[in-house]
Amino acid sequence: MAKVHVTTTINGEPTEFLCEPQQSLLDALRNNLGLTGTKEGCGTGDCGACSITLDGRLTCSCLVLAVEADGHSIGTIEGMAQGDKLHPLQRKFLEMAALQCGICTPGVLIAARALLEKNPNPTETEVRFGLAGNLCRCTGYDKIVRAVMDTAAEMRETAS
Amino acid sequence: MNVITPTENKWIGARTVRPDGADKVTGRAAYAADTTMPGMIWGKVLRSPHAHAIIKSIDTSKAEALPGVKAVVTAKDIVDFPVDKSVMLGIQDMRWMCRNVMAREKALFHGHPIAAVAATTEATAAEACKLIEVEYEVLPHVIEIEDAIKPDAPILHDFLKHEGKPSNIAGTMVAKLGDIEQGFAEADVVIERTFRTRPVHQGYIEPQACTVSYAPDGRATIWSSSQGQFMVRAMTSLLTGVPQSNIRAIPAEIGGGFGAKTIIYLEPVALLLSKKSGRPVKMVMSRDEVMRATGPTSGSFSTVKIGAKKDGTIVAAQGTFYLQAGCLPGSPLRGPVGCSFAPYAIPHVLSVGYDVVSNRSKVAAYRAPGAPLGAYATECVLDELAEKLGIDPLELRHRNSAKTGMKAAYGATFNQVTFEETIEAIQNHEHYKSPLEKNPRPGIKRGRGVASGFWYNAGGESSAQVNLTEDGNVVVTTGHPDVGGSRASIANVTAELLGVEHDRVSVIIGDTASIGFSNLTGGSRVTFASAMVVTQSVEKVIGQLKERAAKIWKIDPEAVIYENGACRPAGPNAGQFPPLALKDLAAKANETGGPIGAGVQLNTQGADPGFATHVVDVEVDVDLGIVRVLRYTAAQDVGRALHPSYVEGQIQGGVVQGIGWALSEEYLYDRQGRLDNANFLDYRMPVCSDVPMIEAVVLEIPNPRHPQGVKGVGEAPIVPPLAAIANAVYDALGRRFYSLPMSPPKVTEVMDMKLAAE
Repeated sequence: MAKVHVTTTINGEPTEFLCEPQQSLLDALRNNLGLTGTKEGCGTGDCGACSITLDGRLTCSCLVLAVEADGHSIGTIEGMAQGDKLHPLQRKFLEMAALQCGICTPGVLIAARALLEKNPNPTETEVRFGLAGNLCRCTGYDKIVRAVMDTAAEMRETAS
Repeated sequence: MNVITPTENKWIGARTVRPDGADKVTGRAAYAADTTMPGMIWGKVLRSPHAHAIIKSIDTSKAEALPGVKAVVTAKDIVDFPVDKSVMLGIQDMRWMCRNVMAREKALFHGHPIAAVAATTEATAAEACKLIEVEYEVLPHVIEIEDAIKPDAPILHDFLKHEGKPSNIAGTMVAKLGDIEQGFAEADVVIERTFRTRPVHQGYIEPQACTVSYAPDGRATIWSSSQGQFMVRAMTSLLTGVPQSNIRAIPAEIGGGFGAKTIIYLEPVALLLSKKSGRPVKMVMSRDEVMRATGPTSGSFSTVKIGAKKDGTIVAAQGTFYLQAGCLPGSPLRGPVGCSFAPYAIPHVLSVGYDVVSNRSKVAAYRAPGAPLGAYATECVLDELAEKLGIDPLELRHRNSAKTGMKAAYGATFNQVTFEETIEAIQNHEHYKSPLEKNPRPGIKRGRGVASGFWYNAGGESSAQVNLTEDGNVVVTTGHPDVGGSRASIANVTAELLGVEHDRVSVIIGDTASIGFSNLTGGSRVTFASAMVVTQSVEKVIGQLKERAAKIWKIDPEAVIYENGACRPAGPNAGQFPPLALKDLAAKANETGGPIGAGVQLNTQGADPGFATHVVDVEVDVDLGIVRVLRYTAAQDVGRALHPSYVEGQIQGGVVQGIGWALSEEYLYDRQGRLDNANFLDYRMPVCSDVPMIEAVVLEIPNPRHPQGVKGVGEAPIVPPLAAIANAVYDALGRRFYSLPMSPPKVTEVMDMKLAAE
């Protein structure tokens, strides 16, 4: 089958790629574009390891066809830090040990950023529901929730 | 060995940023599925559509003829280990491993690998798998333990005999102490109960994956996700016939293992596909394949009987544990048989385990293998016993705690028992002392439960190399894949001992060609063992630094001391010289004798067991049957927390896996013997909104046989939760649950039965 030409913006960079019509966006990001920071844990939208933003909206990239990204803007973990400056969530995750094996971490960070953009002052319950689509099997979520709440407090302080 | 006391430390016990952290929060860290090679092709596995069938023939010709297909592998290509002769690699029997990696005489479960294909695209490989023609003779299958041990059960393996007859009981294990009949004769109160647990999956988020490149000179390189690159090398060598010296196994970052990645599935298949095709081959399992064909841990069917005097002194304990091995022998019998009664001083113990095969995927290790299901039975019976005797459940445990110097039924004599301290930590905790409102709202009931747990911990083979760089920094290499922050602990130890700033130490994990043999990351051994070999390596480096300083100062090396990162004369008699810092000595290394660095390879000894005591509050929605954990506190003796955050993380993570085991996770099979819930939607692991914060009470009672006082941490935390939660649900509802998980359908069923009875 002929490949399809897709024009997108990825992490702010205009990006074109060719993909098979049946390829998922996750597959294209990882295997066609070398953006392997986005992970595959299940391929069925249940674990959140492949979380990205599509036009700013939190999305499982395994549930989107690569061709559907045409004309849209994609945000992945590779675009979260600005140069050598980590995003406050990334920094806080390191300081507070909110990761162990790290395979879920890119997806959790993308989901947490999406949450804080919508709700800069979440309660613990709101954080827990905001991240309920991201499975982590190592941490028991405790340090992840604390790191997100701490980051939110820090970002509110910086903003005010 | 000098034990370092906490107060003297700058880096040991500090919450430093982990060495691999920035890579992991930016997407740079390379896991197994992230590796690519020029010219790489893709491998896929054809799996059995039957739970039990004789493989009469396999015709791969149509698959091989498909354009894009480069190689096909079947069991004929895998080294055969005949069933009559055991060949062990660690605790794994290669007779079973070769049949697990690729079905040989029979397909033994739905999803058992039958053949594998490598092709230019993943889609072509998958299409080719469908073109392989397999003739099966379908046999009756058996899934549950109770069915598998019936006299007329379908037999999986004719060569397995129990009491002289072909049987699905593949083996037994016994631990005993005293005289069990005498023990029960002495008891005033005896409670005996039967328990069931379902198989649960380790649930790591990263599916198994590897890339293998086999070159024309017969040398192979493997990039894979595992809990031991040396295990990958040895097992792949045994299953392919390629000598170990020709295999370089490179450990990728591992996206969770919890025991399951202590064995391999794909690597030998990928190597053979690479050899046949002449191309590097990548294989990545789907989640469906992971659930269907790797792990899980055993389901169980157990009876525990405990007898005590009226004053609460336990005099006898008996356990019978039937464990599902899956399709080939190898249940973790050692867990329930050895651990269940180990924390207690019981004079008469008889603990027997049975390894039962059935048409399921072969089990793999899972965090404290087998111990949680044994503790579930034991700790629930203790709860009933405490109630019957009118003694506080923690007090009952405290009164019967094992003591230092005692011999356990499993054979070991304890060097240090710190069980009482974990009980006291919970007794004195605000959580245990605080009141719990039992009936907060109509239809909602709350309860509190406690339980304890034990894990052996382990030492074993580890290697380390500590090198100084020319610019005066430090690179540490160890041989253990880092599953939960062990590099962070090693960085802390190295910076402390060398007296340098933490950011001057790099810690990496070597491949099989660059570091000495190191056993698996498992058994809660890695931080214990690697801190020991790193300490000894650093001591050697410090010895070299003193020699270099002595040479420069032209004094005896004995007259040089090393402190705060620099060599100094030992006293006025040694001479007056300004200190020489590590950095200065590294810069002068060439002129004083060459590069500075040292390695140590050791079979580490002196691991002390882990003890844990937990308390949990639950809330039950009586109509919907939903059990929610409200509050959880877990106390554990860790010896010494080299990096407290990752110690807490181990405890928190283990507890939440235990919550899943207790409340929602289970393998469900249909009538054809097919796994019905091979995905993360229907196999329900705890998500963030299911659980509360988990308070880890970290007790630091140093292990006198370790230079920093370290004990293993990772496994003990998953042992108590099953029983603690079951005991809490009883406290809430007044009903005991003798089977897990306590999922909504089961809770409502039990409550309906209670209503009917009333």
